[in-house]
Amino acid sequence: MATVSEFTFSNFVKSVLWLLFWILMIVSLIVLPIIFIVLFYVPPPVINGVEINPYLLLTMLINPQVGAPLIRPTIESLFFRITVFPGFTFAALFATVLIFAERKTLAKMQLRVGPYHAGREAFWWANSLGGFLQLIADLLKLLGKEIIVPSGADKPIFWAAPAVLIIAAAGLIALIPVAPGWVIADIDVSLLAVFALLGFFPLTVLLASYASNSKYPFIGGLRALYQLISYEIPLILAILPIVILASTLSLTGIVEAQYAYWFILFVPIGAFVFFVTALAELERIPFDLPEAESEIVAGWLTEYSGMAYGLIQLANYIKMYALSALFTTLFLGGWIGPEFLPSIEVFNVQVLSSSEVSSIFWFTIKTFGVALFMIIIRGTNPRVKIDVLLRAGWSKLIALAFINVFIAVALLYVGVVGIGP
Amino acid sequence: MGVEMGRERIPGFELEGRDEDGMDRGILTLSVGPQHPGSGHFRLIVKVDGDMIVEALPDPGYVHRGEEKMCEYRNYIQNIPHLERPMIADSCGILYPYVLAVEEICNIAVPERAKYIRVIMAEINRCIFELYWLGIYGIFLGHSTMFMWPMADRELLIDLAEMASGARVTHAYFVPGGVRNDLPDAFPEKAKRHLLYFKNRLKEYKDIFYDNPLFQARTVGVGILSKEDAINLGATGPVLRASGVEHDIRKVEPYDVYDELDFEVITMKEGDSFARAYVPWLEMYESVEIALQALEKMPSGPVRTKLGPNPKGAVGEAFKRVEAARGELAYYLVSDGNPKPYRVKLSVPSFREIPVMAHLLKGAKLADMPSIYWSMNYWPVEADR
Repeated sequence: MATVSEFTFSNFVKSVLWLLFWILMIVSLIVLPIIFIVLFYVPPPVINGVEINPYLLLTMLINPQVGAPLIRPTIESLFFRITVFPGFTFAALFATVLIFAERKTLAKMQLRVGPYHAGREAFWWANSLGGFLQLIADLLKLLGKEIIVPSGADKPIFWAAPAVLIIAAAGLIALIPVAPGWVIADIDVSLLAVFALLGFFPLTVLLASYASNSKYPFIGGLRALYQLISYEIPLILAILPIVILASTLSLTGIVEAQYAYWFILFVPIGAFVFFVTALAELERIPFDLPEAESEIVAGWLTEYSGMAYGLIQLANYIKMYALSALFTTLFLGGWIGPEFLPSIEVFNVQVLSSSEVSSIFWFTIKTFGVALFMIIIRGTNPRVKIDVLLRAGWSKLIALAFINVFIAVALLYVGVVGIGP
Repeated sequence: MGVEMGRERIPGFELEGRDEDGMDRGILTLSVGPQHPGSGHFRLIVKVDGDMIVEALPDPGYVHRGEEKMCEYRNYIQNIPHLERPMIADSCGILYPYVLAVEEICNIAVPERAKYIRVIMAEINRCIFELYWLGIYGIFLGHSTMFMWPMADRELLIDLAEMASGARVTHAYFVPGGVRNDLPDAFPEKAKRHLLYFKNRLKEYKDIFYDNPLFQARTVGVGILSKEDAINLGATGPVLRASGVEHDIRKVEPYDVYDELDFEVITMKEGDSFARAYVPWLEMYESVEIALQALEKMPSGPVRTKLGPNPKGAVGEAFKRVEAARGELAYYLVSDGNPKPYRVKLSVPSFREIPVMAHLLKGAKLADMPSIYWSMNYWPVEADR
């Protein structure tokens, strides 16, 4: 039996001293040698012709203005763009804010308060946020849960599915321009690449459901396959007029073609079809049949638990961000908006220009608005049935998309719109 | 035969039967419940061919607690609290026929005011129950707002019931010989205010929920129960009236003061899930009307007949039935002259919906299962007793 020793001040001091001793031992014997070995073999990065060595880093600690000219080259590097902005950190942060906005908005619609207490009293700055730390609590809960793999499951595929989903969702982010020049992969056919990446999802969902080796995931996977494949056709057809009007497949080019007018003014039907099909691609209410709780438990997600489930949900929300951003890019003019925000300067060195700050602001606001609209639709509609869904997809949406293509061709023929300035 | 999935065969993936040309039919047996999120304390063994339900076998009995046997070990007054437990959402409805039967067998006269109070409480409880059911129906169609709004408005009526009886849900308010205590003085005014607000609120339900095209796509034309089938299978309550049968115990066999009040029996001809969801909505209007009328007409006076310490029933039997929120609820009471009943038999509406449910689910789509199952107004705890 373990006994709890009585608390005395001398015991407390002794334990603190022991703690300090072990920290010193570990740092001096293990961590520092590893750092020195790594520094010996890895060449220091060179930014803007300046070698970033430990001496310079120490200098920056004392004299921060030394580092100011290096900030701009750093944020222009590919590594920063992939990892921080507009890459994964930004998307994950956006997804987090989206989850919180969803919970609060739905609560307001449903005569509830929503997350309120978590973290409210913890920090002075958290008081106004009112329950924002609930997300951290949920994350910790998911991390702490055991991931149960069914005994008959096809384990490699079962484990691969969350990873593939999150990689495919992250791939979508790389193609979306958030400001002039601010895109990770500025390729000429980025719109085609978006659809190539979207094609990953049905296959992964089917494999995940099949690998679970269980009944409800199997039915859910088949439903997801039906839904995703039949809604991909109207999705592509809805974007065809954009390509006709902008004469380019590059997303940056499409945004630049909208400097005069947003495309939603010319092809509102296309925007509607794209929005509906995006909801179906996201498996959100009213199109959440593959996860219909009252019919097939959690659909293809039934056997996933713990952080595997958390990763799938994160992938879903990142996909939601990506599709909202795509809607903004294609129909709402992307980053285009009035320049009104000041530039960001650090020690009199310009880091972001006024136009870049404004562009990022407009892009974020528009994307958030589209996502918020998806959330409101979730609060006001029930789930549809699979036969209604397929009939609407194959007859009505495809017909609407074709009408939309004719409108675009007519507009081009008349000469109302064409390639932008 | 079995389907190879992954590395092992799973039970339930067996193929049953063959077509005329000798091809296998893939029929999947699903056990929906008792741990399925859409089932309640109940199991449906569903056999599906693709998305079509070939057969649905209801399997009740998971929450049986022997209410009928428990009655035989307690005297007439002690039986009141535990008889509410099978249906706590409509506790007045399930207690009403018991109280009526005990009054007949013990030959107790009821004061006039108590009869009115009982009617008011029964109608408020009917609204409380229908709102609860409507919310659950919404969440199982995937409409989360439809779950929250009725739950929030239910609070107003629960406040009224709490004001009268002191308990939010299980009131134990009806006793043989009247009601447990008189209404507070402020009750009639507050009840009128809440009921009128609630009546206005009901209109919004139609705009937001019933007129939603997606809600209609889920329910209109789904699980159609014809008039003949409804009668033959023994459907009751809103399910029966949604199929066009005008049958309401409050009209057919009026108890207490229902014959003095003016109300209509709501019927619809369609008999589909939408009608079964729409009839309770219309009935809530009628319930509010009944309660308001009873509040107007309620006389003053005593509310409870003084009974002896341990009332004995005469030798004999009594059969009483009322219209609870889910349909006809009947008690059959046998007394051998002792303070305890010799036999109590509950006939609950939920149990009577089981054959209707099996009939409607056969041939339906799997996606229609929640909209049919929950439109039945089936409550496993009540059905198992």
